[in-house]
Amino acid sequence: MMQHLPVLQVLLPLLAAPFAALLRGRDLAWGVAFITTGAAFLISIALFLEQRALGTTLVYEMGNWAAPIGIVYVIDAASALVLPVISGIGFVATLAARQLVAAEIDARDHALFYAAWLLTIAGMLGQVTTGDAFNIFVFLEISSLSAYALVAMGSGRDRRALPAAFNYLILGTVGATFYVIGLGLLYMLTGTLNLVDLAERLPQVEETRAAFTAMAFIALGLFLKMALFPLHFWLVPAYAHAPSAVTALMASTATKVSVYVLIRLIFGVFGVEFPGLADAVGLLVLTLGIAGAFVGTLAAIVETDLKKLFAQSSIAQLGYMAIGIGAMSATGLAAAFLHLFNHALMKGALFLAIGMIAAQAGRATMGTIQGAGKQIPITMTAILFGGLALIGVPLTAGFISKLYLIRALLEQDFWLLAGLTFLSSALALAYVWKIIEAAWLQPRPKGAPKLHETASQYIPAWIMVIATLGFGIYATPLVQAAFAAAHVFIPSVAGAN
Amino acid sequence: MQDDIVIRVVAKVMIPAVMLFALYVQFHGDYGPGGGFQAGVIFASAFVLNAVVFGLNKGRHVWPARYNLMGICGGVLLYGFTGVAGMVLGKNFLNFNVLSSDPVAGQHLGILLVEFGVGLTVAAVMVMLFFTFAGRTAHLRLLSKSDAHERKVSASKTAKKVKK
Repeated sequence: MMQHLPVLQVLLPLLAAPFAALLRGRDLAWGVAFITTGAAFLISIALFLEQRALGTTLVYEMGNWAAPIGIVYVIDAASALVLPVISGIGFVATLAARQLVAAEIDARDHALFYAAWLLTIAGMLGQVTTGDAFNIFVFLEISSLSAYALVAMGSGRDRRALPAAFNYLILGTVGATFYVIGLGLLYMLTGTLNLVDLAERLPQVEETRAAFTAMAFIALGLFLKMALFPLHFWLVPAYAHAPSAVTALMASTATKVSVYVLIRLIFGVFGVEFPGLADAVGLLVLTLGIAGAFVGTLAAIVETDLKKLFAQSSIAQLGYMAIGIGAMSATGLAAAFLHLFNHALMKGALFLAIGMIAAQAGRATMGTIQGAGKQIPITMTAILFGGLALIGVPLTAGFISKLYLIRALLEQDFWLLAGLTFLSSALALAYVWKIIEAAWLQPRPKGAPKLHETASQYIPAWIMVIATLGFGIYATPLVQAAFAAAHVFIPSVAGAN
Repeated sequence: MQDDIVIRVVAKVMIPAVMLFALYVQFHGDYGPGGGFQAGVIFASAFVLNAVVFGLNKGRHVWPARYNLMGICGGVLLYGFTGVAGMVLGKNFLNFNVLSSDPVAGQHLGILLVEFGVGLTVAAVMVMLFFTFAGRTAHLRLLSKSDAHERKVSASKTAKKVKK
């Protein structure tokens, strides 16, 4: 059974989805989703531990056809680190989804909702697990198509979910098309789609214009998918108008998977030595990353809708991951992996807490939470901790990733960039303070609806908060895992870390 | 359109032939051009033709909406569990060699089942797409002389019931 774990990781949610769609009654479908995501989480932890213990790459051959001809699923230090993020968030979000979905989605659609939910999780897990470039595209489409449907399901409460989902669909499809165009060029040049095989054959054709074009298409397509500034315009409305449970799931995972795929393709296939890569992609990612960090943070400061506020802050946080990638060093990549992991936890906490408020009050704006600190102290404290982690306050997970990010920049003497990164992180204090002030320092306006909280409402968010604090206080294993993941792509130099 | 005798008669002759051809494309796909995708679309086109000629309501009567989800999910599950069978029999996922004592026959059986799953899902999706879009145009009664007639009949029936 153990040797099947890499495929079961993807297969379980994939095959549970049609079951969930056929079930009648919302609790049955939720039960299927809950058990499946729970099992997927356990599998991903088992894979992580096994990979860490063996220190090698686990390979699973589909139908016993060996790579380059067959499709293989590959668990190396990088995918083993990202899988628990996706399946863990998927599990906790499913836990919360029961209440959120009951409040926000028509009971007749619940079975289909959970089917799409499981499909999007399966698609994301598949992108991380597979070792085949075209298989990545297939899973990208599986997760994206079901994500468009999930966003559009917000239309029962908020009609703006429909144009948001449509924009997301158009831009997401453009991104996926760019990716597949780049892949087509690579296939034409090398005759293979297996990632390892591609990496071996590319050096023979690396001086060709087609190879450079392929890199440009792939990078651009994935920039769109990961919502790198200035290609992020689909993200804010999609997150703001989607059902709350969907926002929590997607904000923590969807863009992260694209970051992972970008790292896997740029560093794993093209390689740092690829001609033009450091100038074209590296510099571009670095510039756009820092610009995105400022634009996202500033937009978040003026935003009053909480979902939009934190969606804007996601743009900024994705900027930090981009900076880590753009640093083109092992420390930078490790920082990107750390931030990918930590940001998923904080955004999960924030959107789960905000979702519970939105499910009660209809919307979650600054007005909704005005003076709410006394009515729902536990939920608001979760938002507070999430916000502190976003700024990067010590003892939260956000501090660790910012620390390594700035360290990576200083290693390469990017003093200005390090300063700008620090400055934009400090600016995040403005929007977090805005929330603190509204929730605790202002009185609850008269006639405002009374908010309430029960244990089942705040437990999912608090699981994430505790994880954020836990990984902030005891970060050593995570940092080691992140460096192991980075060294998959950039071999370690003696004395690094 | 059902008032046109030529179209009706030709459609009645064609629909079974289209379905049979779909099955040929499906099961001959191992040896010649074809397979689940093409066969599914051809099979669905028989239902589309039926609905276009005889009206949406009759079309829905032949393919009730509850078949959609069953077909879509059933096909995916058939595909998936054909792969899982390889795992249960001790090899990797999607290994069809072990489905029969002879590896070639096993591969053959595996592909046949997998392609049938694909065909089922594609056919159900196609029919669902057609009915979903055709059903939206309530005010654009392009297909609908028959529909209007049927509605008149059912309306007069309910009126009679109410009188009773």
